[in-house]
Amino acid sequence: MPLDIYDFSSFTQWVHQSLDAVMSPFWVITTEMVLVGLAFLTFYAIVGLMLVLAERRICAFMQCRLGPNRVGPWGFFQTIADLIKLLFKELIYIKKADKLLFNIAPFIVIIASFLALAAIPFALGLHAVDLNIGIFYIVAVSSLGVIGILLAGWSSNSKYSLIGAMRSGAQIVSYELSVGLSLITIIVLAGTMQISEIVELQRDGWFIFTGHISAIIAFIIFLIASTAEINRGPFDLAEAESELTAGFHTEYSGIKFAFFFLAEYMNMFIVASLGATVFLGGWMPFHVYGWDGFNAIMDFLPPFFWYIGKTAFIIFIIMWFKWTFPRLRIDQLLTLEWKYLLPINLFNVVLMATLVLLGLHF
Amino acid sequence: MNNQELILKLQAMDPSLVIEEKQNLTVRVPASSLLALCRVLAADPDLQFDYLINITGTDMGTSYRMAYLLNSTVYQHCLLLHSDLDRNDDANIDSLVEIWKSANFHEREIFDLLGVKFSNHPDLRRIFLDDDWVGHPLRKDYTDEVNIVER
Amino acid sequence: MAIKVDTDHNVSPDSQEFIINMGPQHPSTHGVLRFLLKLKGETVTQIQPHCGYIHRGIEKMCEKLTYPQIIHLTDRLDYLSAHINNEAVCLLVEDALGVEVPERVKYIRTIIDELSRLASHQLWWCAFGMDLGALTTFFYGLRDREKILDIFEQTTGGRLIQSYNVPGGLMNDIHPDFQKNVKEFIKYFRKILPEYDQLLTGNVIFHNRSKGIGYMSREDIINWGVTGPSGRGSGFSCDVRKHAPYSAYDKVVFNESLEQAGDTFARYKVRIAEMWESMNIIEQLIDNIPEGDFAVKMKPIIKLPEGEYYQRVEACRGEFGVHVISDGNKYPYRVKFRSPNFINLSAIEEMARGQKIADLVAISGSLDLVIPDMDR
Repeated sequence: MPLDIYDFSSFTQWVHQSLDAVMSPFWVITTEMVLVGLAFLTFYAIVGLMLVLAERRICAFMQCRLGPNRVGPWGFFQTIADLIKLLFKELIYIKKADKLLFNIAPFIVIIASFLALAAIPFALGLHAVDLNIGIFYIVAVSSLGVIGILLAGWSSNSKYSLIGAMRSGAQIVSYELSVGLSLITIIVLAGTMQISEIVELQRDGWFIFTGHISAIIAFIIFLIASTAEINRGPFDLAEAESELTAGFHTEYSGIKFAFFFLAEYMNMFIVASLGATVFLGGWMPFHVYGWDGFNAIMDFLPPFFWYIGKTAFIIFIIMWFKWTFPRLRIDQLLTLEWKYLLPINLFNVVLMATLVLLGLHF
Repeated sequence: MNNQELILKLQAMDPSLVIEEKQNLTVRVPASSLLALCRVLAADPDLQFDYLINITGTDMGTSYRMAYLLNSTVYQHCLLLHSDLDRNDDANIDSLVEIWKSANFHEREIFDLLGVKFSNHPDLRRIFLDDDWVGHPLRKDYTDEVNIVER
Repeated sequence: MAIKVDTDHNVSPDSQEFIINMGPQHPSTHGVLRFLLKLKGETVTQIQPHCGYIHRGIEKMCEKLTYPQIIHLTDRLDYLSAHINNEAVCLLVEDALGVEVPERVKYIRTIIDELSRLASHQLWWCAFGMDLGALTTFFYGLRDREKILDIFEQTTGGRLIQSYNVPGGLMNDIHPDFQKNVKEFIKYFRKILPEYDQLLTGNVIFHNRSKGIGYMSREDIINWGVTGPSGRGSGFSCDVRKHAPYSAYDKVVFNESLEQAGDTFARYKVRIAEMWESMNIIEQLIDNIPEGDFAVKMKPIIKLPEGEYYQRVEACRGEFGVHVISDGNKYPYRVKFRSPNFINLSAIEEMARGQKIADLVAISGSLDLVIPDMDR
């Protein structure tokens, strides 16, 4: 199997064994945790920087302009320059703000996005933890961020922030349902919640192709609902800069604002990874059942690039939404969820169950 | 209606009106009978002055002159009403907001800048200047040593 | 423009209503306008506009300036229809003195009027899209507006505010390339304008956001004195170009764009239709500019005969009027500008009551408010 040459588990095994040879099991675990943490921090920073740059370039492309192109080649260091600026900016403290909650809120948002990264498989064997309830874990953890947003809105002692936070609460609680149900549709098809197994099951074709019409409906609903869940346009009501100036983070400045900003991009990345893993096969190359020669050619591209490519594709679609659509109103947003997406989704789960029971899927 | 017909019609309504033919047909109305006349002008089926274009308040030196420019969207004829008020701090005229809502902001502006009060105006507050501003700038005797530079 | 919250807005703690200040620094008030909103959740129960943050006392200043000088102040009212405001003063002076300007002047004035209207509506389209959260519209509109501004710059020397009109004609003749460039632009923009529709007009979210929002009936809109595209969106035929033609508007054939629906979407459609009509008007005139002088000789000091003058023109946002009372001096005794935005703003109270905050933004965007024009 040519794929095995890209297997990262041999590398992780080697790290584990080398550490085991020199220290006690307790220290091995601790060192490994620190290593994984450092790796994730680096990855987080790189992805955040790249996504900000990508968004600016893509949005410029859609708006007939050039975007950042002066700092470094192709504006490569623009986000780094921005980051330095944000680091040096004054942190403004608000009178009568709830100091504790005001300071905690950005960390809750960023920790929530950090936690979800743990369960995502980046390539064959490149996994922090392979939980047997991986999807459930990601869905549960990624919705923790709303607590941070609500706290930010409440503790700022600003009416604009409060309205933004309330909108965000209503929105995330509603759209969480649709994200969950569209994932359940695929869980029905896969029969497992363990992410590594879900990816492995897509060796003979990604779920969006093998899952019949039902998987396509689920994928579309997932795209819409996850865009709403991460508060991005056209569902960016929590920020809604033309109505609420900046919504829940109106009163934040400097690096605390940067945390919200970064968390938004990381959430987008997580959602895109999840979509890529569950619907588009994660790191699994494009395979067609039976075409062994074709599959072998596809396997030459390392899994990590397949994973990044698919994630980038979904991120591009999410950005495309934002830069072409007007924003919805809060009542229209809730109508869309409760009157359209939720019933379609429930029907879709039943449809998928029927398909699986009758064995009609490919 | 053209101007001649308008003159005949208005004179038939109230022979005491002073009507002059200038760029626009100009009618002098005493401040006390302005509201009553405007009600008729707006309601009369042959006149139908349903659109109040503009109100100008002017400090004429001896009096405050209010100029109302009316237009009928049905017949496309225009009429300018002039109403002179005694020039003192208590200058007062009936508000036309009950007939034309567009008078609302015009009258607030005149109250703010000229200091003429409008009775029965729903929300008579200063519109441009601060509430604690002293004086009314469009009066000819207004002085402001800070903001007005005499050349 | 009191800074303190007015006493009649105090709300009791158990009424679930709260007061919020929208502006004077707010992205969607398009300048330094302030709305005092009383909200119940997201619903606006009361709205009070407060203006005056850039009140410059232009009417008072005009009393110490000669007529040619006043023209330069009218630029600073509605800066997006600067040329049309200039023209109002010039027409008034020419009318009062009985000066007949050459045909060439009338044609050029009309063409630049319509180009201003195009540029203004383009900018409105940009900003309206932004108000509704569609950020891309902004760059599309500005891209095309730039081409008009280049034409302005070439001929008049000014991009935003031109001061190209003087009493008796124009400051100087048109640039030799003017006709060619305008024709090129019209050809280009006829291709580009459908793109605007593709991006925004047909969007289902946009329909939901604008249809039935900020409704006002024809009777109400006349009563509130709302003019311009906002008035025509409710079926109020208020186009001064039709009803009291000035310059070369009596020589061209054009339709007054009217919509009956009276909501935000109707006002949007009127403006898009007006862009098409503006292009029609320009095309009818651009090839037929008569030869002749670009101005008639006026006396160095212009004194208007004693009396009262009023001139109406159709600015980009509605009916603009200049009311001059002259005492025969070289300075006017009193100048009053009837600015369309000021009166259009008063109607927002009626339109937005009971709607959501997001709708208020859409409504104020559809009225196309320009703050310096209100505050004067």
